[in-house]
Amino acid sequence: MTRDITVTINGEQHTVAVEPRLLLVHLIREKLNLTGTHIGCDTSSCGACTVLINGKSAKSCTILAVQADGASITTIEGVGTPEALHPLQEGFRECHGLHCGFCTPGMIMRAMELLEKNPNPTEEEIRWGIAGNLCRCTGYNNIVKAIQYAAAKLRGEETPSTEPEFV
Amino acid sequence: MITCKTSREIGGMGHPIKRKEDIRFIQGKGRYVDDIKLPGMLHMDIVRSPYAYARIKHIDASEALKIPGVVAVVTGKDLEKYNLHWMPTLMSDTQMVLPTDTVMYQAQEVAAVIATDRYTARDAKEAVRVEYEPMKPVVDPYKALEPDAPVLRTDKEGKTDNHIWHWEVGDREKTEAVFRSADVVVKEHMHIPRIHVVSIETCGCVADYDKVNNHLTMYMTTQAPHAIRTVIALVAGHLGLTEEKIRVISPDIGGGFGGKVPVYPGYVIAIAVSFLTGKPVKWIEDRSENLQADSFARDYHITAEMAATREGKILATRFKVLADHGYTDAAANPSKFPTGLFSIGTGSYDYDTAFMEADAVYTNKPPGGVAYRCSFRVTEAVHAIERLTDSMARALGMDPAEFRMKNFIKKEDFPWKSPTGWTYDSGDYHAGLKKAMEVIGYDDLRREQAEKRKKGELMGIGISTFTEIVGAGPSRDFDILGIKMFDSCEIRVHPTGKAIARFGTKSQGQGHETTYAQIIAEELGIPAEHIQVEEGDTDTAPYGLGTYASRSTPTAGAAAAVAARKLRDKARKIAAYLLEVSEEDLEWEPGKFYVKGAPEKAKTIQDIVFAAYTNHPPGMEAGFEATHYYDPPNLTFPSGAYICVVDIDKETFEIKIRRFVAIDDCGNIINPMVVQGQVHGGLTQGLAPAMYEELIYDEDGNILNGTLMDYLVPTAVESPRWETGHTITPSPHHPIGAKGVGESPTVGAPPAIANAIVDALSVYGITHLDIPITPYKIYEALKAKGVIED
Ligand code: FES
Ligand code: FES
Repeated sequence: MTRDITVTINGEQHTVAVEPRLLLVHLIREKLNLTGTHIGCDTSSCGACTVLINGKSAKSCTILAVQADGASITTIEGVGTPEALHPLQEGFRECHGLHCGFCTPGMIMRAMELLEKNPNPTEEEIRWGIAGNLCRCTGYNNIVKAIQYAAAKLRGEETPSTEPEFV
Repeated sequence: MITCKTSREIGGMGHPIKRKEDIRFIQGKGRYVDDIKLPGMLHMDIVRSPYAYARIKHIDASEALKIPGVVAVVTGKDLEKYNLHWMPTLMSDTQMVLPTDTVMYQAQEVAAVIATDRYTARDAKEAVRVEYEPMKPVVDPYKALEPDAPVLRTDKEGKTDNHIWHWEVGDREKTEAVFRSADVVVKEHMHIPRIHVVSIETCGCVADYDKVNNHLTMYMTTQAPHAIRTVIALVAGHLGLTEEKIRVISPDIGGGFGGKVPVYPGYVIAIAVSFLTGKPVKWIEDRSENLQADSFARDYHITAEMAATREGKILATRFKVLADHGYTDAAANPSKFPTGLFSIGTGSYDYDTAFMEADAVYTNKPPGGVAYRCSFRVTEAVHAIERLTDSMARALGMDPAEFRMKNFIKKEDFPWKSPTGWTYDSGDYHAGLKKAMEVIGYDDLRREQAEKRKKGELMGIGISTFTEIVGAGPSRDFDILGIKMFDSCEIRVHPTGKAIARFGTKSQGQGHETTYAQIIAEELGIPAEHIQVEEGDTDTAPYGLGTYASRSTPTAGAAAAVAARKLRDKARKIAAYLLEVSEEDLEWEPGKFYVKGAPEKAKTIQDIVFAAYTNHPPGMEAGFEATHYYDPPNLTFPSGAYICVVDIDKETFEIKIRRFVAIDDCGNIINPMVVQGQVHGGLTQGLAPAMYEELIYDEDGNILNGTLMDYLVPTAVESPRWETGHTITPSPHHPIGAKGVGESPTVGAPPAIANAIVDALSVYGITHLDIPITPYKIYEALKAKGVIED
């Protein structure tokens, strides 16, 4: 038994027949072949699957595809372009905010909403803001820096130095 | 000070250049195993045991097979027909792929279901009925050694107990004699609990067997693709899958940390199913399966003792270990080292007497003994010695920094021979600790602590000054399944002066695409930007043992430098030919050879490479490529000095890490940005077992926290803002003087944190708490001391 749903993903409209139990993350990854959104757990704990649904960050493993019927979704593939990276993408690279890259798309999607709501967050606010996203590689220092970098850039200010503070 | 010999454009050693691999990751264009989709691909899911120890009476797959889309249900009995139901572990133990009659740990693989899609496979898994006859498991490793304990490994002929091996090193008699006559002896019992690496990507594979060509392509999450190819050939060679017909591809890997070294049953079953059906088979475990069934790390019960003089000179140490390996010894240690490199546990201190012994046992828990972002068993060893060092300082009434300074091996005494047989290559421990103390303001902190103590506040300062041992390893001692632990690099420079370099290692986030390119850029002067690094495809990359135990830079990184130097020798010959001078008249500077005294007469590396294809000297082989298999003469010994400051709430016992300063010495630095990033990450993975992580089992062998809901991986909130720095003591035997760094912080952080917490609580007479140290554990300890009431 399937149901037709229509979702707009990264600006493109798709009508797909889905089983009601299909998770949104599987719709994105397996039916629409957008594999930048990752799966890191089965308990809604890791945030690797974070996307924007109507502008709000959400863990796409926690939502059924049918619940997203009519929604506008942004995944990492809809952020920036190779020629013009989004400030968050740029910040993650400039500040070495990623190692294996598995958590990165989710982190970026989460940080998008964070900065949307709070363009000038403190370190504390950033840390709490990404507390739903696990990273096992970086120890978070540089993820915080990457988000601060992007925040400065989005505010139109000079970005902080990205030289490592490795005394 | 990091000095660079090349310009930023060339981007050789020491430049914090941005990582090449990031470009794809930040755009969601990484290619991880679960992203691979092949035509006709089937999906596999695994039925797992709810019991820790049980006989399988019956498996009924009939309901599962009725579900449309279900292709097969595979049991141990099915695999037995092909002699694929057992496999070797990397420690030359054996492990079931699927059981034919008995399950040995909870979440063990019992049967595999194969279906046309993921969801149907999951439905089928639920529909398989298995009847078990539960038995009383052996969970406690001490009980496993009792004479009346049931013998678990009845599959092993003649096995009459649960003992796996005994290991010892050092001088027992001499150590006992020193302990008998020493002024001061301290002793602590420590459990370094079972933990799990939790790379954010779980394990999985796509096995793609092509019947027509009798060829297997295996895409899998592995840190050691070449070794795995050999293992597959050992397991399946009798079916005609010989090594040349197997191609292992390790695509982008979402973190490894040691958990992606072993061969898991799921991989083998997927291969078997693909072999039988002729279709690609995908298996991706979910997080809970990963936590509950994949190899764990640690689980060492250690009795550690130190003897010293009244004046504070360490005389000897003695360690006795009970290692709980679960159902099988599935560690990935070099074969002569069943306890890995635990014998580094004499630490950074100058004394000549030590004895260590270890016994390993089987229990009804998942197999393992793999790493958790640390060189083989070094974390256990470092925790023991660094905790013990603090206990001794306390017993002597000495400041722990002063006690360490007094006992450090001196810079001028390297190479230094340890009482357990290692030759430490180089180090400057005094400089590291001095720097850490300056950065954190140690003396002021001690004064503050004294003030706070007067007010009854709990503040602690903890130090850890560790010596790592990485870069396994020299072929005379180091092998896995007989294969020597060299590693390799092959460099090909194209006519236009751009290069591709391939390695036997495999990055899982370490940044090899950037750092290896920097090593070659340093040696050849070709900009790192134009050196493409490839790893993880056994058809194209030279053989190597892979990436774990911080061995990439010490082995493959060295291979890159040596291969590049072979090319530079060739370049010199070509330059001499082109400039019509003798080789001795040429001087090298990064990127070109010029004539001594006439710098305008020069040939760039690009000119030279072009000539190698277009105008090579008569008698010389054309082309510009080199390969090197690097067999390290010794291991490398990175070190670090870490200081942690904690504040503990007197009511809730909440532990707050106020500051943490980490000064690492990993020898010469290839890319300070990457090194610093590795240190940050390693520190958080040191914090994790120190305060949060532990896999807990009840007496029936049930895992009590087998999901990420209750296995606590630190988030950005728990993780403090790490303060990092470095000292540089190059490795004298490594071609570029580097030592490796990825794991130092995971090794060094736990005792710094534990020492800080114990320091805070020492006012109550507490000398040791087992990690993870939680508020509840503190509460219990204070209750036991009578400090607080129920
Ligand atoms: S996969 Fe969605 S939170 Fe982990
Ligand atoms: S970069 Fe590997 S999990 Fe975050």
